[in-house]
Order: sequence, then C-alpha cells, then structure tokens
Amino acid sequence: MKTIHLSASVLALAAMATMAEARDQIRIVGSSTVFPYTQAVAEEFANQGGAAPVVESTGTGGGMQIFCGGVGADHPDITGASRAMKKSEYELCVQNGVTDITEALIGYDGLAIAISRANETDWNLTLEQVYKALAAKVPVDGALVDNPYKKWSDVDASLPDVAILAYGPPPTSGTRDAFVELAMHKGCESTDYAKKLKETASEDDYKKFVEEDCSRMRQDGLFVEAGENDNLIVQRLEADPNAVGIFGYSFLFENLDKLKDVKINGVEANQDTIASFEYPISRPLFIYVKNAHRGVIPGLNEFLATYASDAAMGAGGYLEERGLVVLADDKIKEVQDALKNAVNMAAPEK
Amino acid sequence: MSDITNTPASPARAFDWKAPDYQDRIRRRRRSELWLRSAGLVSITLALGFLALMLAALTVTGYKAFTQTHVRLDVPIPAELVDANDIAGSNWRRVMQGAISAEFPDLEGRTLRDITAMLSDGAQYRVRDTVIADPSLIGKSVAVTVPMSDPFDQLAKGLVDRATPEANRRVSDAQIAAFDKLAAEGRISRPFNTALFTNADSRFPELAGLKGAFVGTFYLLLVCFGIALPVGIGAAIYLEEFAPKTRLSDLIEVNINNLAAVPSVVFGLLALSVFLNWFGLMRGSPLVGGMTLALMSLPTIIIATRAALKAVPPSIREAALGIGASRQQVVFHHVLPLAMPGIMTGTIIAMAQAIGETAPLLLIGMNAFMTSAPATPFESATTLPTQIYIWADSPERGFVSRTSAAILVLLAILVLMNGLAIWLRRKFERRW
Repeated sequence: MKTIHLSASVLALAAMATMAEARDQIRIVGSSTVFPYTQAVAEEFANQGGAAPVVESTGTGGGMQIFCGGVGADHPDITGASRAMKKSEYELCVQNGVTDITEALIGYDGLAIAISRANETDWNLTLEQVYKALAAKVPVDGALVDNPYKKWSDVDASLPDVAILAYGPPPTSGTRDAFVELAMHKGCESTDYAKKLKETASEDDYKKFVEEDCSRMRQDGLFVEAGENDNLIVQRLEADPNAVGIFGYSFLFENLDKLKDVKINGVEANQDTIASFEYPISRPLFIYVKNAHRGVIPGLNEFLATYASDAAMGAGGYLEERGLVVLADDKIKEVQDALKNAVNMAAPEK
Repeated sequence: MSDITNTPASPARAFDWKAPDYQDRIRRRRRSELWLRSAGLVSITLALGFLALMLAALTVTGYKAFTQTHVRLDVPIPAELVDANDIAGSNWRRVMQGAISAEFPDLEGRTLRDITAMLSDGAQYRVRDTVIADPSLIGKSVAVTVPMSDPFDQLAKGLVDRATPEANRRVSDAQIAAFDKLAAEGRISRPFNTALFTNADSRFPELAGLKGAFVGTFYLLLVCFGIALPVGIGAAIYLEEFAPKTRLSDLIEVNINNLAAVPSVVFGLLALSVFLNWFGLMRGSPLVGGMTLALMSLPTIIIATRAALKAVPPSIREAALGIGASRQQVVFHHVLPLAMPGIMTGTIIAMAQAIGETAPLLLIGMNAFMTSAPATPFESATTLPTQIYIWADSPERGFVSRTSAAILVLLAILVLMNGLAIWLRRKFERRW
C-alpha cells in the first residue's frame, strides 16, 4: 500500500503543478431538470467560439454541496436548481467564503403525471385524489391511518377500477421535492381532516403535520421510486398501460405519441397552462452564479450573456424548443439585468 | 462418492455385474451422470440464450443509429446576410432559412420555421465553416449535404407512425409533406453515421458522437495502465519471489484477494474523498478516473502476475542461481520474461474490466456534458460507459438508438481486448 500511496501522491503533485493556473472552461453542476437547458446554452456557446463548458448533472442538493464548497478554480462557477436555494445551503456557502451569489430564475417546468396512450380512460385527477392514492398515511373516518387504498376506485368511486401503480422520482431528486411540495402538500391540505386540524391544532403542530404526514410517499410498493432515469419510467409506462408516471414535462413533450397527460383539476399540462400556473404542479427553475469567479474564469460573463439572451430564454428561443416554459417579458428583463450586473441575492428565509 | 462410502464393499465378494442390484446401481450412476451433463448443457444454453437476447435487443434498437439521414441542399450565400469581414458572426440561421425558402417558395412565417427545423442545428455551422474556408462563395450558392434533425431522422427511419394524430407526433403534416417532396426528388440519403465516431457529445442526437468518450477512455486507460502495471508487477514479484512466508505475508495475501472483491463504488468514494477533496485534483478528469480504476485493477493484476510467476518451474530459478546469478538477475533475466504472457493476459483482462466500469466514475464526476474532446488527461472528460449513462437519460428519441449503438461499440471493444488476451496467451504461452 505504501508504494501505491507514494506513486499516487507523486502523480497528484505532478497534476497539481500543471493545474496551478486557472482553468479555461466554465464548470456547471446542479439539477438534472435544469441540465438539458444548460446543456443547450453550453453547446450554443461552444459553437459561437467559446471554450466548451463542462456541465454535470448532480441533482439540486448535490450541486449546492459542490457549488458551496468554496471559491477558486477547483469549485464550479454555476449550479442549476429546480427549487430555490435553502437557508442551510446559503449558510454553507457563506461559511466557505461564497458570499456573492446571483440568483437567476430561468423559467418554469411542469411536473407531468402521464399514462400510456394504450389506456383508454380520459384521466382527470384532483390533487386530493393524487395525495390519497400516493401518500403513506391518509385520513380515513377522521383518523390518520396507513394508506388502505389499492385501487383508484377505492380513492374515489368515479375513478377507474384499476390498481394504483405509480413510478416517480427518488428522494434525492429535486423533482421529488417539487412533487411533494406542489402536489402532495396541496392535496393533503385540501382534505377535510387537514382543514379541521388547522382550526384545532396549534400552528406548529399543523406545520409538523404537513412536513411529515403530508410529505411521505407510500412504501408498500404501489409508489415505485424509479431512479433518476426518466426514460426508464417512459418504458415502464409503455409496458403497463395502467401505471402512471411522474416526471418533468419535457419527457412527456418528447413522448406524446406514446404517453398522454393526466389532467389535474381538469387542466392539461402544456406550455401555456404551466407558464400561467393554471396547471397546479409547476415550479421555477434557477441558476446560481458565483460572482467571485466573474472576470477570473474566462468566458463566464459571455456565457451568462448567452444564457440570458432572448434567443435562449426568450419566447420562441431554443430553450422553449427544448421544453422550458419561458418567463414573461418583464421578468426576463429583470433576470437579464441581474445576471449582467451581478446582483447579489439576499439570504433565503427558510 | 457417497455411494462408495455408504455401501461397504467387501473385496472378497465376486462381482456379478448382471445381478439386479448391481444393474440397478449402474443405472443410477448413469442417470446421475446424465443429470449432471444435461444440467450443464441447460445452464450453458441459458447463458448463451440471454447473451443472444441482449445482443439481439441491442442490435434491433441500435442498428438504426449507425446511419443518419442527410439532405442535399443548395444554400444561397447572399452578400447582404453574410459579412465578408465577420463571416463567423453572421446570422447563419437566416441563411439556412433562406435556403429552405428557396426550396419551398410558397411558405412563410411559422410554417417556414417549422420546415427549417428539418435541418440539424449543426447544418448552419457546416455551411459557415465551408464559407470561412472559401470566402469567395459569398454571393454564390453552395451545395451541401447536411444532417437532418432528429424528428426527421426518426421519420426517415420509419420510427414515426404517420397514422398517429398530428398533435401527438413530433412532426406535423406540413413537415411530412416537405420531407416527402425532398425524398421524391432523391435529395434525402442515409449514409453511414460517421458523426457517431468523429463528433464529441451534443444535445442534438444527430450531431452527438463518441469522440469525447473515446479520447477520455484512452487517457483513463493510459493513466490506469501506467500506475497499475508497474505497481502490480512490483508487488507480485516481491510477494512471490522475495517476501518471507510469515503471518504478515499471509495477511497481505488474504487482503489482496479481498480487495479484488470490493465493490467498485467503494473505490469511487475513496477517490472522491482522497483524490478530489484532499489532493484537490480536477473533478471528472481522466487522471483521477485512471488513478481510481488503477486501485481497482491492482488486485487483479497482482493475482494474475503471481499465478504467472508461480507457473515458471523452480528448476529455471535453480539453474540460474547455480551459475551464479543474483536473485534480482534471476527474476529480471529469467522468471519475468517467461511469465510475461500470463502477466499481459491478466493485465488486459483488468483493463477490459476498467473500460466497462461506471459506478466509481459517476462519483468523481466523469459524467459531465461537454461538446469537445479533452485535450489532456487533466481536463474533464467522459468515458464510454458514462457516455452511455448520459445518453440513456436524455429525453430526445434519437438517443434511444444511440445508447444501444454506443453499448454495441463498447461490447465490440471488450471483445477485441479479450480476444487480444487470448491470442497473446496462445502465441506466447510456454508449457513445461
């Protein structure tokens, strides 16, 4: 082992000597949902003559960890996130000297609940039904019990008489966080049980109820965590016409010939309904920029200009072509200004 | 075995082979032998069947990625759009739109944009590069054969069902009509997809290729080989030829064998904390990947080398010692050259394992998206398996077949490497 260690250290030293100067590529980490959009900008940037940026999909949480690791060529310049930066993450950043961060909202993403086109029912669910079908604990007759529902028709008599089977993202994924927050919490809070609890219980208890009981997905095999690979979910839905899948809208958009959308509260997921928030499960997408790296990492400012250009994030831009739901015009101006002038974000509240 | 021990046979007894109980025992023995043989046959058939199934599934989805639909176009290069002083900065998207507009004069607005979408995003850069190489083309028109974008590639390959309602297809009726018109004119071709081998990664399936992964894999193997081979051979020679046989050397041996069975993801975690966080090496570089896989390949190489050294007959060592060679001369002049074929075989198999390794590389960030191949082992890169991982997770339909095609390429490389190992063994192996 000594020889291994020695030779490894020698190599490491040699490598460090060659890397003492700053790197000339931009490094980007973060959410797998933002990844395809950053990818598109990176390719456009490289085609226009910039050094090809290195874009890595690490998940929102993983990206924050690496991004907040410190300032310097060893640490990435940008991270993508499918939710806003948390207070704890911001504190980690500050602790490691990453104090000047620009937050840029790049657009919205809808979470689609999809089912195979081979399924003949025209599906339309309310968030309460989604919650009741997929949560670990649901209220039955005024008490919170382990989810007893095995079929959709158990949840609500108007729904088809087929077994519940849903494929969705694992807990490490930003998509899961968003689904829990946007679909499960809302569905849970609209139950009579929650409404009653809100009136009777203290605020803290109610908050705890939402954070815990409303957030847990069922573990009895009817909700299947399908890993980060959304294509795999698409394949499983094709194989089983009664299974539903939960993933980013862009995957539904690419597979509209095989899959159809499950309407939520009667609203279909598409670019318009997601942008207007009429479709209830839509979320904002962000990029976070380390401002200390501007002017140090070559091309970073130019890359951000490419990202913020109308040709990219504007209406009809190539990010919209890829499935991003773009911002309204006045909001785009705001984001472009923030990115251009390196406006620092304030510490998040939670 | 149990038959013999269970029935005590008295040697004095005369065997009557025809006796019914002996006949019975012979039948039983034959039957159990038949069982064993057919069980073996069944397992081999099963294994081969699964292999055939996997290859067939990969080929069925993957073979279409080895061709790519191209379209031949005359692209006018109008002087008002292309500035001779700033060719690269001109609006090439408009130039391509002009070419389509010249082809379909009665289109405009949104339909024209939809039809222009049949050209790959890379088409404009190909025309740009042609004009940069020959600026005299400005004001004339240039005939190019450019890739078509993924939805149209799918259409040409028959993967889009025209009977699907228009709203559920990626290509509209107008787009299909335009495609059919070009096809009727013989302008659509499907040559071998060289881009799959000469391009680096891209978000457009029709432009995406494995070049970055090839270069990354090459650098990674170079680093891995450069570390694992000398260290592995050194360790094996010491353990086999010099180390005293003590408790300690036994312990080391047990540990090396154990190390060979450690899941590869553990090496990835080790690399993450030591090479990246402590040494501060470049995340996702082939250097770090190679160092990680070297740790993983070491036990395999040490075990193979020790076996090869052990196979050299002691008489050779004794003869060399007898004519006055030192221990070191014995090893380097006689034993090592004779053991070399075995060592090389083991090393190649270890390298083939390293090529197919994914889990530790994901942990150290070798799954980043880059549109250029790395120039040195110190830059971020991908390898073949991590490239497959990235493609498998991409939403565009074209990546489905490209993923299978990339797996086929990886399998072909593995077969070549293992074939090389077998050939080396056959050619240089010596038996005593």
